Amino acid sequence: MKNRLASLWRFFFGDSARAFGSASAILLVLLAVAPAKNHFSQWRHYQKQYLRFIRGRADAVTLERHFQPGIQQIWIPEQQVTDRCTTCHLGLKENSLADVSAVGFRKHPVIPHSLTEFGCTTCHRGQGAATTVQEAHSATEQWEQPLLPAKYIESGCGQCHLENQTGTPFLNQGRQLISRYGCTHCHTIKQPDGTNVLPDDDPPSLKHIGDKTTREWIYAWIKDPQAYAGTATMPNYHFSDDDARDISAFITAQSTPLEPPIQPVKADAKATADAAAGTTLYGQSFCASCHAMQNAAGMLVGGDVGPELTGIGTKAKPEWLQDWIANPNHYDPGTMMPHYRFDAQQVATLAGFLESKTEPDFLANLHLDPATPQQIEHGKRLALENGCASCHEINGIKKPENFAPELSRIGSKPVNQLIFVEGVEHTLPDYIGAKVRNPRAFGPSLKMPQFKFTPQQVDAVTTALLALTERAQTQPPKMRISAVQQAKYQPAGHAGQLMRDLRCLTCHMINGHGGDMAPDLTWEGTAVQRDWLIQFLKNPETLRPALIRRMPKFNLTEPEINTLTDYMMTVYQTPEFDRDSLPVTDLTPAQVEQGRQLFYSKFACQSCHIADYSKDKGYIGPGLAGTGKRFNAAWVYHWLKDPQALRPGTIEPNQHMTDDEARSLTAFLMSLKSTGSKEVMKK
Amino acid sequence: MKSAFIALCALVLLTSGCSRKSKQPAPLHATATGAAIVESSGGKQIGYAGMPLDQQVVVQVSDASGSGVAGAAVYFSGPSGVSFAPAAALTDSSGQVTTAVSLGQQAGRYKLTASTRDAAGKNVAVQIDEIALGYQQTVGAQLNAQFCVRCHDPESTPLRVSNMDNLSVKPHSFTEGDTLNKMSDADLVAIISHGGPALNKSPEMPPWGYTLSKNDMAALVSYIRAVADPPYQASGLIYARN
Repeated sequence: MKNRLASLWRFFFGDSARAFGSASAILLVLLAVAPAKNHFSQWRHYQKQYLRFIRGRADAVTLERHFQPGIQQIWIPEQQVTDRCTTCHLGLKENSLADVSAVGFRKHPVIPHSLTEFGCTTCHRGQGAATTVQEAHSATEQWEQPLLPAKYIESGCGQCHLENQTGTPFLNQGRQLISRYGCTHCHTIKQPDGTNVLPDDDPPSLKHIGDKTTREWIYAWIKDPQAYAGTATMPNYHFSDDDARDISAFITAQSTPLEPPIQPVKADAKATADAAAGTTLYGQSFCASCHAMQNAAGMLVGGDVGPELTGIGTKAKPEWLQDWIANPNHYDPGTMMPHYRFDAQQVATLAGFLESKTEPDFLANLHLDPATPQQIEHGKRLALENGCASCHEINGIKKPENFAPELSRIGSKPVNQLIFVEGVEHTLPDYIGAKVRNPRAFGPSLKMPQFKFTPQQVDAVTTALLALTERAQTQPPKMRISAVQQAKYQPAGHAGQLMRDLRCLTCHMINGHGGDMAPDLTWEGTAVQRDWLIQFLKNPETLRPALIRRMPKFNLTEPEINTLTDYMMTVYQTPEFDRDSLPVTDLTPAQVEQGRQLFYSKFACQSCHIADYSKDKGYIGPGLAGTGKRFNAAWVYHWLKDPQALRPGTIEPNQHMTDDEARSLTAFLMSLKSTGSKEVMKK
Repeated sequence: MKSAFIALCALVLLTSGCSRKSKQPAPLHATATGAAIVESSGGKQIGYAGMPLDQQVVVQVSDASGSGVAGAAVYFSGPSGVSFAPAAALTDSSGQVTTAVSLGQQAGRYKLTASTRDAAGKNVAVQIDEIALGYQQTVGAQLNAQFCVRCHDPESTPLRVSNMDNLSVKPHSFTEGDTLNKMSDADLVAIISHGGPALNKSPEMPPWGYTLSKNDMAALVSYIRAVADPPYQASGLIYARN
């Protein structure tokens, strides 16, 4: 063995010539390593595979012409994009490869952007400059920027698009949840365009909470808000019995009586409360447009604007309920609830009905001893530590600044700065998801409370948070598309006060401010006739039979109605055209007849609208049987010409009518003077 | 000797760096076997690519007489990218197994399989079909919900009453593949943009071409294609060379 090695040595390095030759050979081999490595590299392998793949197809010639060998790169310096993904992902732009099963060679799904304009890593993350599968995708924990799982992909859009978009339902939902559940009461989220994400829940002030409810209810509520109402916004802080006792003691102790005080319930008022009348009044007042309540079958029915009322009788004191229904502004001047002008009888009926809605188990076996000063003191300390005043107004505690970490760049947080717990994958999305799902799993002393989100909601919130990246903050401002901010518009003068009292803007949008539950009233003065508006405010009729939500009756007085009507008819006029530009007297009977033909044949308006209650059945758009009494002819004409111009987002299609057609249809519609819903009742 | 040691060290380091922890699911110990497996719920959902499905998938294992079998092992599988939680489980007392499904990244149809073994050790399986929408189809789905469903979906809910029965000519539901698959993309775009009369059909279908953009209409067509039942097969080149 040893001899053989020695002879080998002599053969290669025996004398200087042999040694020189062998050394040269070794050097050559070493020199060949680099080109060989290049030749056998992974991306070359994929390119060869791709060529083999496309050569088997009928469109091989086209595909081969498009193919470019070598390392490909998308380089966009101002967006910090250096992406070599297209070196291996070769079919991204090939329409004919849409249904290929291999991810690498498949066409990119249709998106509104060109791939070369934004690169790949902007949305997908990963290491753009890498040229091996492992380094580029880096699904392992050693890498800072792994590929983003597909379910969070909409976060990529959210870096530039700060507004809601049609194609990103989960991002929209996540953002809506962040506002709806008031995350930004504690966490600041500064968007790239400089605006802050604002909460749109409306946590109640606790300054007079003692007038509204009992200490026992507060205790049970803070122990588990969802036990009282499944839809409750307030998260669960997992307080111990003693802590809940002390906080309820403090919250009750800090409460001061309202000024002027709430009147006690009159003895006879309660007796008049009868259940059937209460149910009817609750329905007639369309309380369910905003408030949900469980029906007999246990189904939750109603809106999400106000709190759920299933157990309101357990929560609210009877005298508070009466006071609130009579005029909510007394207890909370900032409430979204309108001031219905109920008479004493109606107040008693409705209050009686609501008092009967109880959650008997909620306060069962609950007994709290009178609070000691130490308990109140401890309760205050807990309220301070848990940031109660971030959301609620509390006497004696100021709203804390930056109570929780800022989340403006949470989507780029380096993984090595995160502390993971057992069972959570070491990636940023998994960390955020786990934190949103169950914050206390990260340590019992953490303050973040437990929200009740479904797994799908957790993913949506995670998607919205992942959109808050470093890249979003630092990219050129021209790339940002800001959301439309709510205007600060408030109606002015006496009518303005009245409209604030009635909270018109809770449901209606006017000049870019308000809710989206009811039609935009910005140009209502141009659209309708004065007499109709007066009648409608007096007694709102059903305009859209397909909707559950309706305008409630507020029991307005004659002078109030006149003030509102005058204001709306004067101020809410469109500048686009003159409301008197098409006098009804100009419209001829021949036009009416022609309009009828167009209505029923060419445009088939009866598919969605009812012009004649005896034969039309269309159920989507508003009933038109009373158009001649309700609308202004010029408005009808311009609406028919281009509905979206007058009310963006309306579902009525633009039918591209000629002027003559629109005029004839207007003539026909203005000839309809039935009183709408009453006819239905007669049938 | 020394170099061999270094090489060995390097090898150990290298392999340890390369190794990936693979998690093997705990093996199932079936206590019973069934004769048949059926889908109870969760099939034919319209989900989104890469996302979990709204509803969980439930399958039931039953014996020869049709009653549920508890303790039978059920295995779920699907195309790459689909994940199940859990991917394998024993049936509960009513013979059912419930799993949460996440679809893969590619839009399209997913054929999932749930299988169990019968007493003879033979595989019995049931196929469950799901649909994943990609970006374009998602846009289409949203536009559909805003503009189309009221007439094209026969199902009424309290919040969205269907208008289908009020129309003299019944619109096609978008899942009616038998009819809609025969229409070309161009035909669909024509009827959406110019209304029914464009193809000699009812004017109760209004023209949307002045309300929706070209991209919107393309998105709607891609959505209609995605949900068609039976599935839509795009006509095009035939790729087989042989």
